[in-house]
Amino acid sequence: MTSSERPQRQRVVLAHRRGARMVRTRVEVQEQTQVGDALVRGLVRAQLGLALRLGAVVVALIGAIPLLNALVPGLGAITVVGIRLNWLVLAGLAYPLMYGIGWLYVRLAEQGERDFVGVVDAEP
Amino acid sequence: MTGSPLTAAALLAAAVATIAIGAYGVRFSRTTSDFLVASRTVGSRWNAAAISGEYLSAASFLGVAGLIAKYGADALWYPVGFTAGYLGLLLFVAAPLRRSGAYTVPDFAEFRLGSPRLRMVAMLVVVVICIFYLVPQYQGAGLALKTLLGVPVWLGPLAVGAIVIMNVVAGGMRSITFVQAFQYWLKLTAVAIPALALAGLFLTDRGGELGGPLPPTVQQITTVEIETDVVVQVAEPAGITVTGTLDDRQVDGAPIGPAGDHTLGAGSTLTLSAGAATPVVAGTPSAGRDWISSGGGLGGRHPLYQVLSIMVATFLGTMGLPHVLVRFYTNPDGRAARRTALAVIALLSLFYLFPTLLGVFSRLYVPQLLITGTADAAVLLAPGSVIAGVAGQLLAALVAAGAIAAFLATSSGLLVSFAGALATDVLPGRVRDFRVAAVIGGLIPIPLALAASGELELSRSVGLAFAVAASTLCPLLVLGIWWRGLTATGAMAGLAVGGVLSGGAVTVAVAGGIDENVLGGWPTVLVGYPAAVSVPLAFATMLAVSRLTRATAPPDVAQTFARMHLPEHLGMGIERMPRA
Repeated sequence: MTSSERPQRQRVVLAHRRGARMVRTRVEVQEQTQVGDALVRGLVRAQLGLALRLGAVVVALIGAIPLLNALVPGLGAITVVGIRLNWLVLAGLAYPLMYGIGWLYVRLAEQGERDFVGVVDAEP
Repeated sequence: MTGSPLTAAALLAAAVATIAIGAYGVRFSRTTSDFLVASRTVGSRWNAAAISGEYLSAASFLGVAGLIAKYGADALWYPVGFTAGYLGLLLFVAAPLRRSGAYTVPDFAEFRLGSPRLRMVAMLVVVVICIFYLVPQYQGAGLALKTLLGVPVWLGPLAVGAIVIMNVVAGGMRSITFVQAFQYWLKLTAVAIPALALAGLFLTDRGGELGGPLPPTVQQITTVEIETDVVVQVAEPAGITVTGTLDDRQVDGAPIGPAGDHTLGAGSTLTLSAGAATPVVAGTPSAGRDWISSGGGLGGRHPLYQVLSIMVATFLGTMGLPHVLVRFYTNPDGRAARRTALAVIALLSLFYLFPTLLGVFSRLYVPQLLITGTADAAVLLAPGSVIAGVAGQLLAALVAAGAIAAFLATSSGLLVSFAGALATDVLPGRVRDFRVAAVIGGLIPIPLALAASGELELSRSVGLAFAVAASTLCPLLVLGIWWRGLTATGAMAGLAVGGVLSGGAVTVAVAGGIDENVLGGWPTVLVGYPAAVSVPLAFATMLAVSRLTRATAPPDVAQTFARMHLPEHLGMGIERMPRA
């Protein structure tokens, strides 16, 4: 670049038009207008629904273990690779199941929050 | 069983390391915020290790293995429940609780419902749960030091109390974060290496049969000292002789008599010849085939109810444990709080594999522990008595270090929450008040630990503390976070109903329980496992009373909900701090 070439003039503005809207929608949420409150209610309902659904899956799977064992007494006596099924399930498989559900929840909950921010910040 | 110098050295090393790391952390502790919530700057990895380090108490380190050795398959529910609790915490509590910006559970109650009176009630509940939880820790310390070093039983509570008070008083939350993260890894090492060593031994030299029709047998002549009166169940009397008091008669080297229950007096000596089948404490499964199959419960009647109640208490109880919750306030934001909870599930899953192995191998290799009530000592004694020579002594020393770390970590965490609640709600909330509260909280459990009967296994008494937490703080948090209709009156009524039911049951259970034969055993099992009844009743009371007092719901609930549930970068969050 030589000094004889003058840089092109640029127009400087405080923010883009889109940014101005973003602030306005955020203010709606922050100031608890009717629109803002409806948005928050939607987020809370979505997150609670997610937690309840995944919680129900865990309770159904883990709660089924003692009930199945009481109803079908021979089930625990099956051996898989030398370990009895009841021990294998309770001392082994239950843990990866819980981690997996937890991992899924973190992913989906963060996705839910991103979607919410996307709605709040979107062009109307 | 007197201690070797090696074990004493390991205990000392663990205690000194705890104090030294704590002292390192003190350099960073200045403000009240440092003391209460480590200034909310703990990243999710450190935090997860610290939470696990704090959470894996004596109940997990010693108790789980002891229960598995004694009761078999149904005891596996305790570690599953202790882990599942974090899943519940992750799903329903972690992020919104952190976003509320509160610094203790009572502070959350006031933030959500705006009632100073509710705050005081919540503070009382926190204090009670901390004490219910601290007492078994101190008791476990007494048992461990007695087993390892042969010192009097009162020394353990005193020593643990002194170290913990020192650490908490000096550095608060900032300082114990480092200590607890270190203690997780110490405990994992201390339980994993002996468990793997025993597993290796088992694979090379299959020493016995676990699932067979017979009780476990001893390999060589074994002598067992009976220290408190105990009723044992004898399946195979051959080769068992008793000196001392047998069924209220003085005997000297007499055979134990026919198969069935026998009472052994304190001070008696039981001798098992090589290959003899071990008697077990009455009420626990004797034959291997009963021990290995699910559905036997944990002693007493109604095993299915026991398992369901353990599930309720442990799944929901973690959500209400003040020392766990207080760690979540140290996360930088709600997202980090979720990731911390997830990492804790992974760390706990890794840890609990090893006490399970140790419990199984203890039954196989040191079945004489099943004769006395002290199966909690299984972890401490198994490695040293199975593996001979220096290797065995080293393993025993390592386990001892892990055990002392378990008492110290959990007790420090409980004391921080106790002191945090008391200092900010009763005292003016300065750093000095925090220290005063910590000294009070560290001293109260010492006489209680010495006075309590010690009949209950560690995991079960800790399970009772979980039941109280699940019946009080859990409904308060879950309904407070997700239900707009909660009112202060409803919350107080729920805390009272849940607290009185579960706390009353715990008091009766610790005081000695109810006779098995009353009303088909239901009173006994309800007192021993109250959660399945008290938790639904506490939730129902909170819901019903809140409905009736609908008019008193806080007017700014929409604002509160937005703050708890919106991501931080929308700018709604406020960090609350004590008024001082």
